[in-house]
Amino acid sequence: MKKNVLAVTLMLTLGVTAACGGDSGGSPDAQTTTGPIKIWLSNNPEEIAWGEAMVKAWNAENPNEEVTAQEIPAGQTSEEVIGAAITAGNAPCLVFNTSPAAVPQFQKQGGLVALDSFEGGADYVESRSGDSAQQYQSPDGQYYQIPWKSNPVMIFYNKDIMKEAGVDPENPPLATYDEFLATSQKVVDSGAAEAAIWPAPTSEFFQSWFDFYPLFAAESGGQQLVEDGKATFDSEAGESVANFWATLYAEGLSQKEAYNGDSFADKKAAMSVVGPWAVAVYGDAVNWGVAPVPTSSGMSPEETYTFSDAKNIGLFSACENQGTAFEVLKFATSEEQDGELLEMTGQMPLRADLQSTYTDYFDKNPEYETFADQASRTVEVPNVPNSIAIWQAFRDEYSASVIFGKGSVSEALAAAAAEATELAGQS
Amino acid sequence: MKAEAETASTDKPSSPRSRRTAILGRQPLGLVFAAPYAVFLAAVFAYPLGLAVWISFQDYFFAAPGAQVDRPFVGLENYKTVLGDPAVRRSFLNVIQFLLINVPLTVVLSLVLASALNGAIRGRAALRVAYYIPYVTASVALVAVWLFLFSSGGMVNQLLGPLAPDPSWLVNSALAMPVIAIFVTWKQLGFFILLYLAALQNVPKELYEAAAVDGARRFRSFTNITVPGVRPATVLVVILATITGANLFTEPYLLTNGGGPDGASSSPVLVMYQKGIEQGNPDTASAIGVILVIGVLLISLVNRKLLERD
Repeated sequence: MKKNVLAVTLMLTLGVTAACGGDSGGSPDAQTTTGPIKIWLSNNPEEIAWGEAMVKAWNAENPNEEVTAQEIPAGQTSEEVIGAAITAGNAPCLVFNTSPAAVPQFQKQGGLVALDSFEGGADYVESRSGDSAQQYQSPDGQYYQIPWKSNPVMIFYNKDIMKEAGVDPENPPLATYDEFLATSQKVVDSGAAEAAIWPAPTSEFFQSWFDFYPLFAAESGGQQLVEDGKATFDSEAGESVANFWATLYAEGLSQKEAYNGDSFADKKAAMSVVGPWAVAVYGDAVNWGVAPVPTSSGMSPEETYTFSDAKNIGLFSACENQGTAFEVLKFATSEEQDGELLEMTGQMPLRADLQSTYTDYFDKNPEYETFADQASRTVEVPNVPNSIAIWQAFRDEYSASVIFGKGSVSEALAAAAAEATELAGQS
Repeated sequence: MKAEAETASTDKPSSPRSRRTAILGRQPLGLVFAAPYAVFLAAVFAYPLGLAVWISFQDYFFAAPGAQVDRPFVGLENYKTVLGDPAVRRSFLNVIQFLLINVPLTVVLSLVLASALNGAIRGRAALRVAYYIPYVTASVALVAVWLFLFSSGGMVNQLLGPLAPDPSWLVNSALAMPVIAIFVTWKQLGFFILLYLAALQNVPKELYEAAAVDGARRFRSFTNITVPGVRPATVLVVILATITGANLFTEPYLLTNGGGPDGASSSPVLVMYQKGIEQGNPDTASAIGVILVIGVLLISLVNRKLLERD
């Protein structure tokens, strides 16, 4: 009897499962349908304030296509929440915090709508973002995200700590690896700070965006981690960057243990890899300066690339009124709204003509000008299948060899590159 | 029971009442009372387990409702992939190391402490509460305390001075998992002490009195009366500690920042989370889950066989 009950339960389970696994078609008219829509905003106060103002402006002019905004529901990461919402079929129309690294996964899930499918969609993306838009194109040649805003990462340094360490606080030598290491040594030897620079030495897949990747973008002259389906970092540039970080860890200039808090704000580290958001966050609390990420031979700032740390907007297939969603997307990324975003958050709209469009803002806020200039030379995460698995594979090898000194750096890069290339080749 | 069976067998098999009794039992109302829990079990345990087994044999990923996606049957491919993955193999070895430290430590400490708390000692109620508090406190809050204790500049290293390990506890490949095992032991101890305290109430006091008359000292009484007397509770403690230990996730996720250093404290559930949720591969994650379930069942069966022997 018990066996029968078990068998029936299993059969029912598998039957229901099989039924759930079937596919059905979506609504072909959705792209022209208009009406109320829901959008999700990032959960930092500045972006929420911008988002609410943007929605208010839209709703005032479009009472029949009302937009309702809310913060992305709480979760371990935004990507997990969005992924779950796609699966459940209750994703909003637009998410103003879509990580480019997660786009291939959302696309594979059938959760995103290609913007090319709207009239003038691709032209709009390309005319707004210029050549950098290509980095956000999916392998099928379509745009499943609009490049929205970037946070080009640079080196923030604490002038007071530099001064205490006997380093010129206004112009600390940080351009080449040798200069950076020598400055770091002075900081630690002097006891001015516990670490010269303290990126999170942890295993999360995204941590390499804030240690290896910006420097690799600079050293390689703007290469992505994977290009044309092949890993690029098993190269002279990649090895040079990895060895630089390995030296920082081996010499005790960077700590191998995660700091519980903000090591830069707490003055435990003299430098930090940050985006323009740091200007508002550290403000007057830290006497800071900013420099481009270092390269082995010291490139001029005008030639130095870095990681963009962009957040984009995705239009999701669960949306019933996609016609309205596309219009809201264009409204939210218009010149006026991009200006508001810059003003309210200090984050850089991914526009080709950023500095010339908002001259007044950069005249009034010169501290952002360096970031704006850097924003024109950024490298995005590659838009390839298994993007996150590739970053995790890279992080695992990097963590072992560079941070914890197990095995040779070149062998680790070769192993990670082989795995990344294999993963990028899978559908 | 036997009498009931005989009574039932005397009914005529062809009568409608006997057929109903054969299907619904002699007390059909009992089914109504049992139904909610049966539904709960089916929905929360049986269905997800069946789904996980099914997913583990497909090239599966989560898709939007209505999306046209291909998720073919791939046989044992996902199992081959995960068993060939060094990170997965390492996570299983890590959790075995964890269980080898955590389970014996849990049994010994909780039994000894329960025996002590069962006696007439000063501040017994306060101590019982003190041991139970970590169990009911959120792991996240406790992890923050342990980070304060065991980080490089933490209190433990400051007390140890030159004797502090280098690299420090949580970034030391050899020490990270033992620290997690001790943390979990400490956190769960209150619950297992409670189980043993309940079991100790069933050990006849006369046995201790007889042993004392025969000249047995306290340690002898403990090994010869208490330990065998609470054997059923020990089986339960071992099996529960094994199951909860095998599901280790929060501690490596928070205490060692994602299974660090360099995967030394990763656990199968953590790898499942990375692969299934972060990387969008629920098929390989399910294969890890199925292997883990089978492993835990086998360990539990072996434990039961060994511990229930007379």
